[in-house]
Amino acid sequence: MVERHRREEAPQAPVDLDDKGRALELLLPGILAEFQPEIGATVNLVSVTVKSQDVPSVCRLVKEDPRLSFNFLMCLCVVDYEEHLQVVYHLYSTDMKHMMVLKANVSPEEPSLPSVTSLWTGADWYERESHDLFGVVFEGHPNMAPLLLYEGFEGFPGRRNYEMPEYKEW
Amino acid sequence: MVDLSTEGQLDTVQMMVNMGPQHPSTHGVFRMVLWVDGERIVDLEPHIGYLHRGSEKLCEGELYVQIVTLFDRMDYISNLNNEMIFCRAVERLMGLAVPERAEYIRVILCELNRVASHLLFCGTFGIDAGAMTPIMYAFRDREKIQSMFEAVTGARMMHNYIRIGGVKGDVPDDFSQRMGALLKVLRQGINETDKLLSFSEIFLARTKGIGVIDAETAIAYGMSGPSLRACGVPMDVRKDEPYSVYDRFDFGIPIGEKGDSWDRYYVRVEEMRQSMRIIEQALEQMPDGPTITPSRLVLRPPQGEVYVRGENPRGEIGVYLVSNGADKPYRVKVRPPSFCNLMAIKELLKDTYIADAVVILGSLDIVLGEVDR
Repeated sequence: MVERHRREEAPQAPVDLDDKGRALELLLPGILAEFQPEIGATVNLVSVTVKSQDVPSVCRLVKEDPRLSFNFLMCLCVVDYEEHLQVVYHLYSTDMKHMMVLKANVSPEEPSLPSVTSLWTGADWYERESHDLFGVVFEGHPNMAPLLLYEGFEGFPGRRNYEMPEYKEW
Repeated sequence: MVDLSTEGQLDTVQMMVNMGPQHPSTHGVFRMVLWVDGERIVDLEPHIGYLHRGSEKLCEGELYVQIVTLFDRMDYISNLNNEMIFCRAVERLMGLAVPERAEYIRVILCELNRVASHLLFCGTFGIDAGAMTPIMYAFRDREKIQSMFEAVTGARMMHNYIRIGGVKGDVPDDFSQRMGALLKVLRQGINETDKLLSFSEIFLARTKGIGVIDAETAIAYGMSGPSLRACGVPMDVRKDEPYSVYDRFDFGIPIGEKGDSWDRYYVRVEEMRQSMRIIEQALEQMPDGPTITPSRLVLRPPQGEVYVRGENPRGEIGVYLVSNGADKPYRVKVRPPSFCNLMAIKELLKDTYIADAVVILGSLDIVLGEVDR
């Protein structure tokens, strides 16, 4: 894919958190202090970046802490930033009605991080999908079989450097 | 003397039954491998991906205005809801304001789409349970909604009507009168379908207490929408985090009690009535004015990422949009509601009968275009 680079750097989208987001931004550093997270904010969400091996412990903490109680895994996806792959968890609390995004970077050569299926059963297919499309291995996942692609598919079509095979007409 | 007793002589081995992918009850191309002991399902393995088109990857190669058409084709039963969520994501990232009239048109059409989607569900769910007539009633009414969509957007499906910053064009002059007449017909039609199916003795026997899931498990699976509300959890993005102009309407969130197939069905019937209440109020409040904020054809949103949520007929949809300032998005990820709802099928089908498998799968109201993307 040919990228058209612009001469000047594109501007950053302004951060515009709501009250719940601001409260969360103040609360999170204290709770997650032992993991040394990078806490920031995207346009409408509080984002926390942790080391990939800390993901299960951080997830358990934010799920079980009564001030956070993130019991609903909304979305799990992988973003390919070429120098690293970023695994992104969008978490929501059905009681507190707030949400946050948890991120962990893995290397594109040997991407692997622990699975969170024991915490949220719903992570099952998301992790299989991420494995299909980006090749991220989730350690401890009960069944890492291909989900969206067929058995024996080669390559990781979600990644940006994936080259579409040239199909011949018959 | 012949020994007629079969005690201990019959094999009771487990059998593997392959259901789908080409099976009318799977509502698309979905395959389940069932391990059965007699008629009872012991274990199952769902297989999806037959309709995988790589929509998310395709989005990375298109201009922002072109992506709306790809979203049309994900959940092809509720196109307008899908168009709206993507447009909202881009608007949120760019800080683009939408004219008030456009917001009202969006809400009216999205709610109408919800009614159309639920009507389709009621009809096909009747068929799943063995009732052939309700779909005739449901489709008769759905057809009128499709004609309405055609009058407003120019297409019966794949409308590409909701655009970034507003809607494609204003509604026809006689929109309010036509909507008023349509709502009257719909209300009567829904009552007829409801009377015909909901409390039928046979239908109740097929759906009551079948495919029960409790709230905690449903949340752990990430279920949302009517399937979660049937378990008694009043979770609805339109109320929890009101987007567009939803905070200006008075409407209820129907919830179920037991989380069985019948609850999932009846929550949707009630939701149609609530949607019509919203449409009525929106028609009254709808102001005059422009219908789109002019913006460039080639949009270049600022760098950043945004996650927006919306309430689709099937549940909560989310769009995660990452932009690097270029004219094409860096990454688009969709949280498809059917995907999470379908994941719970393993939980729902354990220890049920094969005949109930069809009903339970039908009660989740999946769209495979969205599950596989």
